[in-house]
Amino acid sequence: MAAVEKSEPENNFALALREAFYAGLLSFGLFFLFVGLETTQNIRNELILVQRWGLLATLVALVMVVRFVFVAFILPAAERRKAHKAASNVVAEPNFVSRNFSKLAIAFLVIFPAIAITLSGLQGSLKWIDNFGIQILIYVMLAWGLNIVVGLAGLLDLGYVAFYAVGAYSYALLGHYFGLSFWILLPMAGILAAFWGVILGFPVLRLRGDYLAIVTLAFGEIIRLVLINWREVTNGAAGISGIPKISFFGLFTFNVSDPNYIAKVFDLPTSSVYYKIFLYYLILALCLLTAYVTIRLRRMPIGRAWEALREDEIACRSLGINTTTTKLTAFSIGAMFAGFAGSFFAARQGFVSPESFIFIESAIILAIVVLGGMGSLIGIAIAAAVMIGGTELLRELQFLKVVFGPDFTPELYRMLLFGLAMVVVMLWKPRGFVGSREPTAFLHERKTVSASFTKEGHG
Amino acid sequence: MSNGPLLQIRGVETFYGNIRALNGVNVDVNAGEIVTIIGANGAGKSTLMMTIFGSPRARAGQITFDGTDITNMPTHEIARLRIAQSPEGRRIFPRMTVLENLQMGASLDNLKYFDEDVEKVFTLFPRLKERITQRGGTLSGGEQQMLSIGRALMARPKLLLLDEPSLGLAPLIVKQIFEAIRELNKTQKLTVFLVEQNAFGALKLAHRGYVLVNGNVTMSGSGKDLLSNPEVRAAYLEGGRH
Repeated sequence: MAAVEKSEPENNFALALREAFYAGLLSFGLFFLFVGLETTQNIRNELILVQRWGLLATLVALVMVVRFVFVAFILPAAERRKAHKAASNVVAEPNFVSRNFSKLAIAFLVIFPAIAITLSGLQGSLKWIDNFGIQILIYVMLAWGLNIVVGLAGLLDLGYVAFYAVGAYSYALLGHYFGLSFWILLPMAGILAAFWGVILGFPVLRLRGDYLAIVTLAFGEIIRLVLINWREVTNGAAGISGIPKISFFGLFTFNVSDPNYIAKVFDLPTSSVYYKIFLYYLILALCLLTAYVTIRLRRMPIGRAWEALREDEIACRSLGINTTTTKLTAFSIGAMFAGFAGSFFAARQGFVSPESFIFIESAIILAIVVLGGMGSLIGIAIAAAVMIGGTELLRELQFLKVVFGPDFTPELYRMLLFGLAMVVVMLWKPRGFVGSREPTAFLHERKTVSASFTKEGHG
Repeated sequence: MSNGPLLQIRGVETFYGNIRALNGVNVDVNAGEIVTIIGANGAGKSTLMMTIFGSPRARAGQITFDGTDITNMPTHEIARLRIAQSPEGRRIFPRMTVLENLQMGASLDNLKYFDEDVEKVFTLFPRLKERITQRGGTLSGGEQQMLSIGRALMARPKLLLLDEPSLGLAPLIVKQIFEAIRELNKTQKLTVFLVEQNAFGALKLAHRGYVLVNGNVTMSGSGKDLLSNPEVRAAYLEGGRH
């Protein structure tokens, strides 16, 4: 056994070198015409051949290195882990981090603005709080809202962004025409979106699966087209701008010109970062509200009915569950959270236009729910952070311009990233990051321990 | 309770599109009885069971339960009258645990009697207690059938409809399940309406039986009588007993 172990790494390296060589050969053959040569027009409109040997060499080298690392290190490591797991044959007790993951994550999110300001200064933290923090949390909230419809009730909704639009436009329009404050309009936007959820829900009650998906997709487009074409009210494709900022419950505001501007009240240097920090905590609170409501609902009759509906509609009916109201509540509660997120979005941007509510947004939110693992709040939050954070990170990768030329804009490749992530996750974890479902029923209620932290398998 | 049978089916006709599946069926189930419907594949047994539950709806005829006309009621409201069903193919919730499945069965009373009733189900099917945190989809066929019946019992039914509980199960398990049904009927006076292809077992268990052929009831009588009837023997017992 010892002898085998000794010779293993050398064998691995030889094998990896050989594999890397073949991969390089293959990629050279593939990319030679695709990448190495490019046809373009010169100034006299003639077709010329541009040779890009440097780029070709980079790509081939990249493929070889990745293949080498994969065969030499990653594969054996995976094998060893598998063997180790099989040998020990004991379910490992989850360690401290994984046991308290959600608590730690919330703690991190609460101190995140402080970390950002300490690390990159008051103005430098703007990017981290706004582009990363707020942006990711908006998608977390949207995905958690959609999770109620898709993950729990099992109703495939491809037009979820419509409710987001309803929320955003309710705030924008009611704030614009009637001058109502955000704190009044936030619940109103939620109620309006929920109302539209019911409106959509009624005609599609009898539909399931693919048919439902098509109709919801159409609904999303209808809402967007109405927003574009109802110019008298929505100002068409130009959108609505000058949406008022949110005030801190009227105590102080974030407009420099106001007498109770926060910096004047607290005697701080003037900066736009306060408003962003305020927005960050606001969306964090909204997210936590969504999570809390979802967790509570899952333990209530209506939440159980949603999950049962996802599993088997016919069985549900024969158990006396009214599937009509069950579906409608799922639609409207999911829509309500999209409405909240929408009005927050409008307040944050200060501008809404139909362009923000295109189909691809629905697709991204759905992708986050599927990647995260349908029904799992933590998985979905991780997926949102990876997907949206990853997209934002692409903007930071300016060094790629050195490799791919100055015209290369990494953020245009975000869909490629999405696709890649989808394929990888579906290969390794077909049920998403967190694929296992937390049971909600236990034989003897344990009132002292929150059930979301108790592990599976007791009772 | 009104006089007369608990469940009364009168002249029920059911169609799938233009195809007639039930052709004026009359069946009575009295309180406290085990009544079985036997018949070959495609005779309309499961259709009859589903028609009682309102999907598909009967195009003609009348179904009354406990004095209430349920012919045109929505399925979930029929269930609320305390008719419980273990449907064909069992239809348990595969991703939910055994306990959660049972919980779903108790939704009518909003879990008021849950602790008490769950113990009863576990006494009847001790196997389920061993599997309490296991997901429904990972159970064996027999355990799934037990769960399906257990889930139906959690609704505290007045009438239990069982659609082919023996389907695809080992003979020993079938015997266990039939034994449990007999037990329920004896100790709790539960009325059971049983659809079966396993004619021998079903007729031995039932007080009365009906034979369904091509959507028509061709014969009825006590379980014992039907068992000894030469026509029934020829069509469903000697041929089917292997």
